[in-house]
Amino acid sequence: MAQPQMRKPVEYFLDNKKFLHPKLAANYGNWKYHDRPRPGVLHHVSNTGDEVWTVRAGTQRQMDVHTIRLLCDIADQYAEGRVRFTIRSNIEYIVSDEKKVAPLIEALEKNGFPVGGTGNSVSMVAHTQGWLHCDIPGTDASGVVKSMMDALFEDFKKEEMPNRVRLSTSCCEINCGGQADIAVIIQHTKPPKINHDLVANVCERPAVVARCPVAAIRPALVNGKPSLEVDEKKCVCCGACYPPCPPMQINDPEHSKLAIWVGGKNSNARSKPSFHKLVAAGLPNNPPRWPEVNAIVKKILDTYKADARPWERMADWIERIGWPRFFEKTGLPFTKYMIDDWRGSRYNLNASNHVRF
Amino acid sequence: MAKQLHPTPMLDQLESGPWPSFVTGLKRLAKDKDYVVDLLGHLEHSYETRKGYWKGGTVGVFGYGGGVIPRFTEIKDEKTGQPVFKDAAEFHTLRIMPPPGMHYDTATLRKFCDIWEKYGSGLIALHGQSGDIMFQGCTTENVQPAWDEINEMGFDMGGAGPAVRTAMSCVGAARCEQSCYDEAKAHQKIINNFLDDIHRPALPYKFKFKFSGCGNDCMNAIQRADMAVIGTWRDNMKTDDELGKKWFAKHGMNELINDVVNMCPTRALQVKDSKDVRKDAHISAVAINDTQSLEIDNKDCVRCMHCINVMTGALGPGKDKGATILVGGHGHLKIGATLGTVVVPFMELKTEEDYDKLVELAQNIVDFFAENALEHERTGEMIERIGLVNFLEGIGLDPDANMVNCPRSNPYIRTDGWDEEVARINAKKKAAA
Repeated sequence: MAQPQMRKPVEYFLDNKKFLHPKLAANYGNWKYHDRPRPGVLHHVSNTGDEVWTVRAGTQRQMDVHTIRLLCDIADQYAEGRVRFTIRSNIEYIVSDEKKVAPLIEALEKNGFPVGGTGNSVSMVAHTQGWLHCDIPGTDASGVVKSMMDALFEDFKKEEMPNRVRLSTSCCEINCGGQADIAVIIQHTKPPKINHDLVANVCERPAVVARCPVAAIRPALVNGKPSLEVDEKKCVCCGACYPPCPPMQINDPEHSKLAIWVGGKNSNARSKPSFHKLVAAGLPNNPPRWPEVNAIVKKILDTYKADARPWERMADWIERIGWPRFFEKTGLPFTKYMIDDWRGSRYNLNASNHVRF
Repeated sequence: MAKQLHPTPMLDQLESGPWPSFVTGLKRLAKDKDYVVDLLGHLEHSYETRKGYWKGGTVGVFGYGGGVIPRFTEIKDEKTGQPVFKDAAEFHTLRIMPPPGMHYDTATLRKFCDIWEKYGSGLIALHGQSGDIMFQGCTTENVQPAWDEINEMGFDMGGAGPAVRTAMSCVGAARCEQSCYDEAKAHQKIINNFLDDIHRPALPYKFKFKFSGCGNDCMNAIQRADMAVIGTWRDNMKTDDELGKKWFAKHGMNELINDVVNMCPTRALQVKDSKDVRKDAHISAVAINDTQSLEIDNKDCVRCMHCINVMTGALGPGKDKGATILVGGHGHLKIGATLGTVVVPFMELKTEEDYDKLVELAQNIVDFFAENALEHERTGEMIERIGLVNFLEGIGLDPDANMVNCPRSNPYIRTDGWDEEVARINAKKKAAA
């Protein structure tokens, strides 16, 4: 049978040289220092004396082509046609003339793109896929991010936090959003509901059994059909079985709750990188604006802003004041669910008489 | 003109407020595309019922085994079994690798838009958590022609499934004075070495590389990468008296003591009268005024970047630059999240041969992972299972005290190979001397 002629892909990962702003290419690896003339603007000086200004603006990440073209129009008209994106989906315009900065900022803000996200601001939330595109989401991502950033809009535009603040959201416990100063993550509270009619046809049962972190899943015959059963006393409701076996439905409109974690940090500055820690759970999955989650995020941020010293990240601040005072100051209850019992948990217990009064 | 919008009372509430709205963007696309009209209906249904309705499947492009994320609707009419939102019944995503540092010219972005307006939904995420440009929303039929045009532009597809994945690198040498190696070069060389492992998934599970130019780790490499390349330097910190004095004139002694000296994690900084600054080779100092200096003991410094972040330009990374290699970062499943741990404390990254050695190390690690990891096991989980020493022996690296926070604190170890091990280390030291 004649096959249609298919195009063979060209396998090659390109370098970035042709996309660099000419001043970035000319001073590659030769920068001397930078400062921030105002929030949202970086000013870099090279050893040759060359200077560039970068204007950073927030975007919605999930962008329609009209928005991207608008951002390009601004780049062509007010900047120099070269842009880059940060890991948090902010767009950066690079210009070689200080005079272009103010009109560029004006054009961006006039078109609804807030300028900020630099230094000790609250930058854009690390954003996952959610209901828009993911196959296993417990909640949405774009809507959560939009409602959070609406609430934190001024904190994005100003540099008034003690140090930078990085946020993330994740629509399941896999935590695609990653470690952050404040992370909002789905926390399922009930074991999966199994559709036994489908398991045998859809799921590779040994692989599903192997996927469980607490060995709570075992093969079983249910109504004469090969299926799987869950030891619900062992189950930690993580949802790891759901991706390889969709008939093990973990998402539940009522019982998939949201949890808040704080003090994650990837940077090596001062303290070593750290994981975020659980400080609140049981929050309702409440679209379209998740007000209960936003209220706690705001409360934590306000407390941090008022109490932390300059340059203390969330984790540094809590390290200094101690966890009891974190809970006291934020008004969040410390519960038994926060005492770790996973492997390595003893290292998270207080093996000393260091107690703050 | 597209068909009429479905009512979306919940999504409509996400059009208010100052942050740019993705809903407004989707509605703009829906003016011309029935596809997006139904996508909005699909999403509103999720908001109403608080559940997701996409399932995976198998969609790909000719020649590759991965890189397309297939999505088929599960919102079906109960009687007919037909999709309720039929124009958005298929909503696949193409993962495309961005240039290192995510730099673009507008002509390239506009061309992306034209292609995606023609073949897809018109929705592009810049960028996904994987680091990819996410061309979101395409029918099965249009995946191949869209890919052909994107590939013709010079862009290649990213990874998905049990494969080497799309990597990320920071802005780095292109615009950052803290950059300790050529992040884009390392990124490009490594990815071009692993194209086959990216496009034809055949590993136990995913394997990610990330490249950060310094310890600030803007790419979150230590947390997210199976192999993290994080820039550092071996010699003394660079200092600039002019910028040091300028910083001090603006910020003063209180900030210098509270924000810089007291926050050094290894107490490597001291304020001294300039005449009393030690003269040893590992000491550097920056003048803060005509009589006083900030003294840095570079043997105590761990290159955390804090003082450099505060006094940018006055202080900076040294000249003998390279990277620390850490292995085993990953998210929660299955054993709980792990951060990468040091397997090479310092690797020089200056010459072409240095970068070739980095690629060689990466190949060794991926080969070991391919041979030894269990199905669906990440590198960090494999190391947790077999122990770091077995991993090091497997890839031919010597143990080093920089790999641990402290030596073991329990006696449950057989040490009957001790004498041979000490002899081996001494012989190696002697040979190197």
